[in-house]
Amino acid sequence: MPELETPAAAVDMLRFATAGSVDDGKSTLIGRLLFDTKTLFTDQLAAVEAVSAARGDEYTDLALLTDGLRAEREQGITIDVAYRYFATPRRKFIIADTPGHIQYTRNMVTGASTADLALVLVDARNGMVEQSRRHAFLCSLLRVPHLVLCVNKMDLVDWSERVFEQISEEFSAFASKLAAPDLSAIPVSALHGDNIVTRSDRMPWYEGPSLLHHLEHVHVASDRNLVDVRFPVQYVIRPQSNAVRDYRGYAGQVASGVLKPGDEVMVLPSGFTSTIASIETADGPVEEAFPPMSVTVRLADELDVSRGDLICRPHNAPAVTQDLDAMLCWLDGSRPLAVGCKYAIKHTTRSARVVVRDLQYRLDINTLHRDESADSLRLNEIGRVRLRTTVPLLADEYRRNRTTGGFIVIDEQTNRTVGAAMIV
Amino acid sequence: MTAAYRVTHLDALEAESIFVIREVVAELERPALLFSGGKDSVVMLRLAQKAFAPGPVPFPVLHVDTGHNFPEVIAFRDAQVADFGLQLIVASVPEALEAGLVHEPADGSRNRIQTPVLLAAVEKYRFDALFGGARRDEEKARAKERVFSFRDEFGQWDPKNQRPELWSLYNGRHHPGESIRVFPLSNWTELDVWHYLTAEEIPLPPIYFAHEREVVERDGMLYAVNEFLPARAGEHPAVRRVRYRTVGDASCTAAVASEAATMAEVIAEVAATRITERGATRGDDRVSEAAMEDRKREGYF
Repeated sequence: MPELETPAAAVDMLRFATAGSVDDGKSTLIGRLLFDTKTLFTDQLAAVEAVSAARGDEYTDLALLTDGLRAEREQGITIDVAYRYFATPRRKFIIADTPGHIQYTRNMVTGASTADLALVLVDARNGMVEQSRRHAFLCSLLRVPHLVLCVNKMDLVDWSERVFEQISEEFSAFASKLAAPDLSAIPVSALHGDNIVTRSDRMPWYEGPSLLHHLEHVHVASDRNLVDVRFPVQYVIRPQSNAVRDYRGYAGQVASGVLKPGDEVMVLPSGFTSTIASIETADGPVEEAFPPMSVTVRLADELDVSRGDLICRPHNAPAVTQDLDAMLCWLDGSRPLAVGCKYAIKHTTRSARVVVRDLQYRLDINTLHRDESADSLRLNEIGRVRLRTTVPLLADEYRRNRTTGGFIVIDEQTNRTVGAAMIV
Repeated sequence: MTAAYRVTHLDALEAESIFVIREVVAELERPALLFSGGKDSVVMLRLAQKAFAPGPVPFPVLHVDTGHNFPEVIAFRDAQVADFGLQLIVASVPEALEAGLVHEPADGSRNRIQTPVLLAAVEKYRFDALFGGARRDEEKARAKERVFSFRDEFGQWDPKNQRPELWSLYNGRHHPGESIRVFPLSNWTELDVWHYLTAEEIPLPPIYFAHEREVVERDGMLYAVNEFLPARAGEHPAVRRVRYRTVGDASCTAAVASEAATMAEVIAEVAATRITERGATRGDDRVSEAAMEDRKREGYF
């Protein structure tokens, strides 16, 4: 293993989600990445070894590293998304480790919602299974831009090129039916470390990079939308003090596009136009603001702008609409979604209420079959719905913009987040 | 893609944290920032200042004071409060002991009795959101906690029944009496915190840097000998060169042997260390495998 240097103070960041079950060796793979990048600490390893030994495991169960909750360790299952961190001199990585078995859709959707890349693990002996297809489908639904197929346990198929080629071709064929993102395939053995941090000499036929090399170099900066200016107003900064009299600034995080002082802008839903007077941060004014910067925009004219409004360009604006079609993942086990139900939603910085007008179909995520006779969505089910909102949303299609195209659905009685929706 | 649109990981983390802080102030009624003078809470304070500049920080800071303090940290806390014109609320464990709200535990550690004192302050001031500086890399139960973490009317966390958290859409809705703990530093690591402190030139209490201190070795950790933690029979206090990686209750926070006297030296040490921050220094996490989870369920921060 090469000696890795100290992570630097200024590197870029990659968020990735991992999908696959314990049997696919996902925990071993993550454990290997953490261990080989020196992120796994000796006290964490010692704690895991002790628990594993006390349970009578034959080997140290690295799944215990991510199974942080008492119930998970007692039952030997992963309940929830766990977040893990590691860094190399090139990049900082955030792993959303999503369990394969329990409530996979809910967890996978949650982990994939912020991911730049998803790792789908397949056991080389089994090839593509139902679950691999589900994972690939959910990644494409959530518009994760990069997908990496890790064909694991290559040691158990004699490092066979033919096995790897078969699985990756099958995977590509399936992915081509989806809104397929950038796709890569890597043959690995997580247990032995082959093609994880360094390239393996046991698979000379494989000419691609190791997994870590791929994660370090995959180009994600251009995944950001720098064309469509979308600035949801989060908070109006208006200090009532003598030091900064008459200050009025619109604080928020740039969702997409590039804003510059002097740009003509439009405020929605009012439709009034103005010019950007300045873009400010606590460290001083900036000449440009782009995602994911949090800034304060000041306008040349005094307009009535408040939280939930959106600043865009006059000739490139999102839809202002109360009628939405969306793909909806139901995340709640207590009550299913049904036509006629009313919910609260949160979309960018805007809150509204919705009524479900129509459930057009429920999607079987194994076969992609559309069941048009469905009248409800239960936990982990996905369907296409038509909604009517109480106030206009400032919305883009999710495939164009993951920030202005997604919203969450909230039960008004329990206040729980019960659904995740992507505008189509 | 031009280099001009490059965003470093620290810029991205800062932008995300500022977004989270603004979201709380926009959607919740009465937030407060848990502020101990420790490095994570100092970073939180800087981010809160940045989020609302040129205006003031629009919420008070709350310190749960166990009475077992490092005097350098209390002096630092008070200086920050004075420098930035903050409103400081102290939830005092000694006062709660006197009032009979809590009782001194037999082992002398006040770690666990902080929780009822914190919850009493939440009730008294009707806080509906508490910002904490906790990070997911600190501990395995925290690795599973949401950025907006719901607490019921008893201040309890239910880890198996958390709200799914998608995109950057945080759900802070709650009924009266319930509240939200908010962790804007969730995605930061210990090293990120130190890089940020360095880049922003943020001052810290001196105990974070190597200094001479009289310590005893107990359970493999170095504890300062002081009025809250006298040497036990058979222990031999010795003056060692140490620094603190975390700042908590002086009766259960240990120091590490260190020569790191500057930010740069601390970063080199943190990058090279093979033991987690809490594993190296916190007696309170060693009670059991799920010590943190159990305390968090009760309402611990």
